[in-house]
Amino acid sequence: MSQVEMRGRVGMFCLICAEAAIFTIFVVAYVFYVGKSVAGPQAADVLQAPVFLTVCLLSSSVTVHAGVKALTKGNVAGFARWWLLTLALGAVFLVGTVFEWHRLIYVDGLTISTNLFGTTYFSLVGLHAFHVTAGLAALALGSILALLGYVTPLHAPRSDVFSLYWHFVDVVWIVVFLVVYVAGR
Amino acid sequence: MSTESLALPQPAITTRPLVDRLHAWITTVDHKRLGLLYIGYALLFLLIGGIEAAAMRIQLIGPRYNFVSPQVFNRLFTMHGTTMIFFVVMPLVFGFANYLVPLVIGARDMAFPRLNAFSFWLMAFGGMLLYFSLLGANGLYGAGNAPDVGWFAYAPLTSRTFSPGHSTDFWTLSLLVSGFGSIGTAINIITTIVCMRCPGMTLGRMPLLAWLNLIMAGMVILAISPLSAAQIMLLVDRYLGGHFFDTQAGGSAVVWMHFFWIFGHPEVYVLVLPGFAFASEIIPVFSRKPIFGYAVMVAATVSIAFIGMSVWAHHMFTVGMASNANTFFVLSTMAIAIPTGIKIFNWLATMWGGKIDFKAPMLFCVAFLFQFLVAGLTGIMLGAAPFDWQLGNSYFVVAHFHYVIVGGILFTIFAAFYYWFPKMTGRMYSERLARIHFWLFVIGFHLTFDFMHIPGLLGMPRRIYTYEPGRGWDIWNLIVTVGVVFQAAGVLVFVLNLVISWLAGEEAGDDPWDAWTLEWLTSSPPPGYNFAEAPVVRSRRPLWDLKHPEDPDWKYE
Repeated sequence: MSQVEMRGRVGMFCLICAEAAIFTIFVVAYVFYVGKSVAGPQAADVLQAPVFLTVCLLSSSVTVHAGVKALTKGNVAGFARWWLLTLALGAVFLVGTVFEWHRLIYVDGLTISTNLFGTTYFSLVGLHAFHVTAGLAALALGSILALLGYVTPLHAPRSDVFSLYWHFVDVVWIVVFLVVYVAGR
Repeated sequence: MSTESLALPQPAITTRPLVDRLHAWITTVDHKRLGLLYIGYALLFLLIGGIEAAAMRIQLIGPRYNFVSPQVFNRLFTMHGTTMIFFVVMPLVFGFANYLVPLVIGARDMAFPRLNAFSFWLMAFGGMLLYFSLLGANGLYGAGNAPDVGWFAYAPLTSRTFSPGHSTDFWTLSLLVSGFGSIGTAINIITTIVCMRCPGMTLGRMPLLAWLNLIMAGMVILAISPLSAAQIMLLVDRYLGGHFFDTQAGGSAVVWMHFFWIFGHPEVYVLVLPGFAFASEIIPVFSRKPIFGYAVMVAATVSIAFIGMSVWAHHMFTVGMASNANTFFVLSTMAIAIPTGIKIFNWLATMWGGKIDFKAPMLFCVAFLFQFLVAGLTGIMLGAAPFDWQLGNSYFVVAHFHYVIVGGILFTIFAAFYYWFPKMTGRMYSERLARIHFWLFVIGFHLTFDFMHIPGLLGMPRRIYTYEPGRGWDIWNLIVTVGVVFQAAGVLVFVLNLVISWLAGEEAGDDPWDAWTLEWLTSSPPPGYNFAEAPVVRSRRPLWDLKHPEDPDWKYE
């Protein structure tokens, strides 16, 4: 690995550490406040584990990696296909979150200001969804540039650095899923 | 090997128009220019924060004094603390790290120059946001007010009920924005040190300055991120009606304290590790001996960082935690004295038997050793929970942490200013003015902060805007305020020295201190590319090897 490629990876690992610290604080707040809401709907009343969405998001880690691998081997078209698939899987996840939030807000009457559960739930899941959105923007950019013919195998290390971020977003989801939808209910 | 051997074509010297030169500074991505921008910016805020401190001291000079109103006093101590931590010492630390780290590891720039510029401007605009509250905090009526919730902004003071208007929002946003800048710079420093060391510079040959800044940057990543998370929660509470810190709805004010101090205590080490780094470079050069116990110094720093992440709740003994929590944080706080003590002994052992040259940088370092020791000792006192129950939130605490930040950190930063001034400007500072600065500041520092312990012991709480006569606090407060005059005069001489020497100082040459690390290999000030040729290193003191080919260090390491 050349020194410049190394820089990207080290920089991304540092960013991931910082992000992990931010998420840790939100997870700690969520866990600390479980069951402390004084009014309004509780987690056990309204939350349903989004298993399908979780499968979508976790499998997108495989597809993003397949895209990077294709690009490393010089297959730009394969890269574009895999990343578009990743984009689609991520988008499904995000749309699923939109439906879940819509149901929580309009059916169950739970907003960020309803009670402590609403505050911690929307903050933690929302922070993660924000990171998914940022990742989708990067995936869209990479895919569009590939379709327009600007991407060459030389860009494989950069796409690999991005894939680290995407894997991180998936790992955070595993933690959020276990804390919010499994243990926190 | 050296830059002189390369015959570079000399470009015709023309002075570009002022607008062009300013534009070049604004758009620069060069680590040296960004370093100087950080430092200049910090000095500006040092002036502002100093004026705020002076105003508070005038108010407290005697009992029932009426210089500022209680409301203004609250704003003054909030702005003073926030400014000094986030917009003076942090940018000074980052400025020196930016300037020096690539030079001492023989690199041409930081790993991500544009991220570097972006981080600086985030911090710069963060500072402006804080002070914009004076205009904008009540909306657009043009009559705002500054944040007044204290620099650690305990809940529920920060809730909408108790902080109407936008002053607290400006405080939150400015720390959030500058915090992202700090994280960006930390990522940059780590990546630079991990990836861009010159050939031969193994981790074991890296100057302690680079080692300590590496560890400092790691702590920034782990400490500033929780602060950012807590600020986001506070914004959720204030703007979206959240309940994180809302005790009426089951939220907890103590959770804010934990989140704040998980940042707050490591932050102290973030600020002091670069100070240690300066001392670790300056003391050997002015003792004419290599640093004593290099490996132990690195190990002690790593353990300070490690233990430093787990002592935060010693700021919360008076809150009333469970006894097992108190015990844990007492023990971890005591434990951190061990690696810190090791470092002090190593610096002393470096000086022991050396040919000590008491130039200004060394004077400041020696004062730092004594003062930091005292700061550590009062720290151990306050680290014992029962003692803290008695003196928590008193002027004893204020005296303790100013001993750390002024007596420890600021003194090493002054030392660093004098030590690297010739490198940054190509000119030598005036030793005479530097000595006047040193003595004025030492006298002022000890008048202010030695005597500040006493009203604390006599029960004077911090953050009161005035006090009744006849409690025995009057004379001590008078002495404390008199010390400020000496400190202010010292800083004035310091700034005067910088300006005069920059404009009309003697030519310093590339290596005025006969030093050993790579920044002294290149010209003063260094060219944009730092080194025409990447240096090759075989020991911890590459310039010693170069100057003494008959007896190089690498034979013994």
